[in-house]
Amino acid sequence: MTARMEQRFADVAAEGRPVLVTYFMGGDPDFDTSLAIMKALPKAGADVIELGVPFSDPMADGPAIQLAGQRALRGGQTLAKTFEIARRFRAEDQRTPIVLMGYYNPIYIYGVERFLDDALDAGVDGLIVVDLPPEMDDELCIPALKKDINFVRLATPTTDDRRLPKVLENTSGFVYYVSMNGITGSALPDPAPIAGAVARIKSHTKLPVCVGFGVKTADHARVIGASADGVVVGTAIVNQIASSLTEEGRATEATVPGVEALVRGLSAGVRAARAAAAE
Amino acid sequence: MNQPPKPNSFRAGPDEDGRFGIFGGRFVAETLMPLILDLEDEWKKAKSDPSFQAELEKLGAHYIGRPSPLYFAERLTAELGGAKIYFKREELNHTGSHKINNCIGQILLAKRMGKTRIIAETGAGQHGVASATVAARFGLPCVVYMGATDVERQAPNVFRMKLLGAEVKPVTAGNGTLKDAMNEALRDWVTNVDSTYYLIGTAAGPHPYPEMVRDFQSVIGQEAREQILEAEGRLPDLIVAAVGGGSNAIGIFHPFLDDDGVKMVGVEAGGKGLDGDEHCASITAGSPGVLHGNRTYLLQDGDGQIKEGHSISAGLDYPGIGPEHSWLNDVGRVEYVPIMDHEALEAFQTLTRFEGIIPALEPSHALAEVIKRAPKMRKDEIILMNLSGRGDKDIFTVGKILGMGQ
Ligand SMILES: Cc1ncc(COP(=O)(O)O)c(C=O)c1O
Repeated sequence: MTARMEQRFADVAAEGRPVLVTYFMGGDPDFDTSLAIMKALPKAGADVIELGVPFSDPMADGPAIQLAGQRALRGGQTLAKTFEIARRFRAEDQRTPIVLMGYYNPIYIYGVERFLDDALDAGVDGLIVVDLPPEMDDELCIPALKKDINFVRLATPTTDDRRLPKVLENTSGFVYYVSMNGITGSALPDPAPIAGAVARIKSHTKLPVCVGFGVKTADHARVIGASADGVVVGTAIVNQIASSLTEEGRATEATVPGVEALVRGLSAGVRAARAAAAE
Repeated sequence: MNQPPKPNSFRAGPDEDGRFGIFGGRFVAETLMPLILDLEDEWKKAKSDPSFQAELEKLGAHYIGRPSPLYFAERLTAELGGAKIYFKREELNHTGSHKINNCIGQILLAKRMGKTRIIAETGAGQHGVASATVAARFGLPCVVYMGATDVERQAPNVFRMKLLGAEVKPVTAGNGTLKDAMNEALRDWVTNVDSTYYLIGTAAGPHPYPEMVRDFQSVIGQEAREQILEAEGRLPDLIVAAVGGGSNAIGIFHPFLDDDGVKMVGVEAGGKGLDGDEHCASITAGSPGVLHGNRTYLLQDGDGQIKEGHSISAGLDYPGIGPEHSWLNDVGRVEYVPIMDHEALEAFQTLTRFEGIIPALEPSHALAEVIKRAPKMRKDEIILMNLSGRGDKDIFTVGKILGMGQ
């Protein structure tokens, strides 16, 4: 399965541009809409999809993603239904990697072995679990690697050179560099130190380094993509979905096209990134 | 449930990964990991630094007012007609509860680490007041996160915090109680990790907090042990304490854990009863899960979503419990029982009328359990209860429920 991730990063690198990683919350605002959003993402230019798993207490997320999780949970989203979204997507698209992103408790309660088996079965390629640092690798990371599911780890500005090797040790798929100390949805910080941090991480690993947190516009994607192997956009997509909903939080005809338009713009941003860097 | 084997000592935990059996650990975002490792280092150094211990003791004696008295509740004992009831009077501490013991310890650590800003979460507001107090005493700015529901029902403490110079940030997410305040404090911490010290108010969170808070609160049990030996020439038969996150309970239990004859009971908030969702009995009615940095008993649904819970007492209104309590439950050393809102209310009034002490609603839960057990025990048996806080903050809530107009 890791093959799908490697292949996608290799193919995009061959195009001479960074990868566009898009995050959205599974089940926001309902199962069918969110499946339609997922199917629309690759067509609009997304290369890798992060499928958010809602959790009642998302400690690392800002208000936008908190609200998206609440909408999804209110709509009856469960981990089993998140797998179902992945499975139906995978039936139509065998090439776009899917990374599940969320918190550990729903996985722990589902049961780690059962979770990994069902993830494989649904065509999931990787996991990002915010509250499992390397110190907790026995919980999920090692069992996931044994089943050939990528465990994508976050590196942050507080991850110094002393700690970096530990963070990279069992990381696979790609490294997700968090552009700032903070929660999702914050403003994009100064890009210059980010480029330095990416270079620092790349000197320790052969894995691609993607940068997220704060990337909201095509222009951000272009600037960050000049140095990173990929850019991750989450809150902007989640906000786009939120802004299209009715007052009761239901999907409208504008929901899926709105996401498509946004992602098309971001995709143009990553396609301009290296050209800009070469100037 | 499979009971883990009985350990040689109940006081040896946690292991170096911060685990008490399967409970505890460090389930935090990478941004926070370097900091909690630093904190652990600093805490280890401080523990063996005589000047740190000396400063703690000095502030304990002259600022908090330690040792707190051990009080024989003569009238209540006579009324109940059974075991002798002793209160460890943590409600007489500066700021009105046990919370200050931990705050003094942690602010000294924050200073050692060069942190310039304090954040805290609070439920009843007792920990918020204690945090604001030590922040004022040491000249550091302080932000306290408090659920919007709690801001309302614990209004006197909100005023106190503001007077002490703290900024109180109401949190509207969820039910607006302690869990939501803790989420928001963690978000602040991740954002301001370089400057900020997170002063956690209970024996929960990622390692080393559960161990560290326990050690700062263990002064309660250490003093009580000496005091009861002096008063009665022997150890108590039963120790009772209320359990929110579990700091006052572990503080009084820990020094007695290896004393075979001493039974212990932790009292959880039974709210409106365990049948529905309106309670906070994490051990009695919950299951192990991962939240706020540690694995512990939690109130959750079948999909691992955390439930909100309910208690009349803001300080017990938390769907989790410190990891050491989860372990003490599973190894069978401590018994955990629920007490309903109405039982706590009755106990509140009993203590007020019989002993002239207005307790907080949190220890009123412990007292309700004492009132149940004392009559069934012999007159030469001894109960020690942690009277963890005073009721000033609760008088308006209680007055309203009892229909006492102004
Ligand atoms: C007086 C008092 N007792 C008990 C508690 C519960 O906390 P813990 O279980 O950490 O002692 C609180 C919390 O606010 C409190 O104010």
